Amino acid sequence: MNDTVVVQDNKSEPVAFTQAELGWLPWLAPLPEAELTERHLAGLVDRARAKSDYFRLLVRDPEVLEARTRTDKDIFYNVADGLPRAERELAAAATSRYNGCIYCASVHARFATTYSKRGDDVQRLLDEGVGADLGARWNAVVKASVALASTPIAFGKEHIEELRRVGLDDAEIVDVINSAAFFNWANRLMLSLGEPTLAAK
Amino acid sequence: MTSTETTDIIDLLAGIEPGSSLDAIRGRRLQARENAQKSYLALFEPRDFDDMLAAERCAVAAFVAGVHGERAVADFYLARLGKIEGSLQLVETLKAEIERGKTIGPYGAFPAGPLSSEDKTGLIYRLAEGRKSVMSGRLAAALEHAHLLVFRPRDAKPEAMQALLDAGWSSTGIVVLSQLVAFLSFQVRSVAGLRTLGASLAVSAPAAAKAG
Repeated sequence: MNDTVVVQDNKSEPVAFTQAELGWLPWLAPLPEAELTERHLAGLVDRARAKSDYFRLLVRDPEVLEARTRTDKDIFYNVADGLPRAERELAAAATSRYNGCIYCASVHARFATTYSKRGDDVQRLLDEGVGADLGARWNAVVKASVALASTPIAFGKEHIEELRRVGLDDAEIVDVINSAAFFNWANRLMLSLGEPTLAAK
Repeated sequence: MTSTETTDIIDLLAGIEPGSSLDAIRGRRLQARENAQKSYLALFEPRDFDDMLAAERCAVAAFVAGVHGERAVADFYLARLGKIEGSLQLVETLKAEIERGKTIGPYGAFPAGPLSSEDKTGLIYRLAEGRKSVMSGRLAAALEHAHLLVFRPRDAKPEAMQALLDAGWSSTGIVVLSQLVAFLSFQVRSVAGLRTLGASLAVSAPAAAKAG
């Protein structure tokens, strides 16, 4: 096997959580765009993702990437019912803040701001961490996400009761569980296969 | 392989009964439910095992679930591993290593700067010296990497990729391994979250079948 680690000369690694657009540099070689077959393109789901190093690295296993992408899209984009998009993004951002994924946190903090118009509160989550006081409803979502991200998993009936108290129904609680659980998947890929850079692509 | 493909694994492990109210709620995110299952199948019943062996997949999955303290999920993958010829000693080894690997996460270091005050140290897991003969160098490296990903993902560095390459993993194999550990991190949380919610429903609405 002659695969090698890709050495990145990253002169602008972010050292704080931010809502700015970041780039991401892979530590293993992505597949070259010119070598993508139909099987790979199916795995990418959106052809535009062929431009992304991250997705061309993950597409080394196209079937897993495709299923992961479709799971992601339904959890976050299916807003016909259930929890508002802003709070799904809040769960993703809080999970990423707690696990320490600066890249994922930047993307989903930005989405949380876009959909909630509460950019200052989102920034306080990034600056102060998951203990920031964001009001009862958001606090409940953050606390549940953090409990679920902890190992061993600390999510218990008290988190469900708190989510109910601030007005979430069972379907909305499932959306919190899905959104937070999914980012324990995403964070581990982003953190371990490459690194963020302030030089946005 | 086993005939698990018709059973939704998250529902099975979370104890979600067909026709229950939670089953109906899960049905409202059908794409997510079906594609979580497809992810599981793509990882455990892939078109081939060229990049990661079947036993390696089950062993790493059992270890990840086990160090989370998610016993039922760990037992599920240990049982799967046990069906692979010649793996019984590995099953026993994994049970012991799961106990050695259990700790509290997440921890690790941030890039040096304002976040350094949040750095937390913790267990750097290494396979017990005496157990290295029980498994391949590849699998030993995979378990150590899995522990890093589960408990201290923010500690990940290119050196961890190098350690896997040195142990005989290909770049594609590392992607598969990373997806498997990350997927398991999602799966155990989906199971735990839904199981907890299901238990609270059973208490608050014993006879109300809202499905349909």
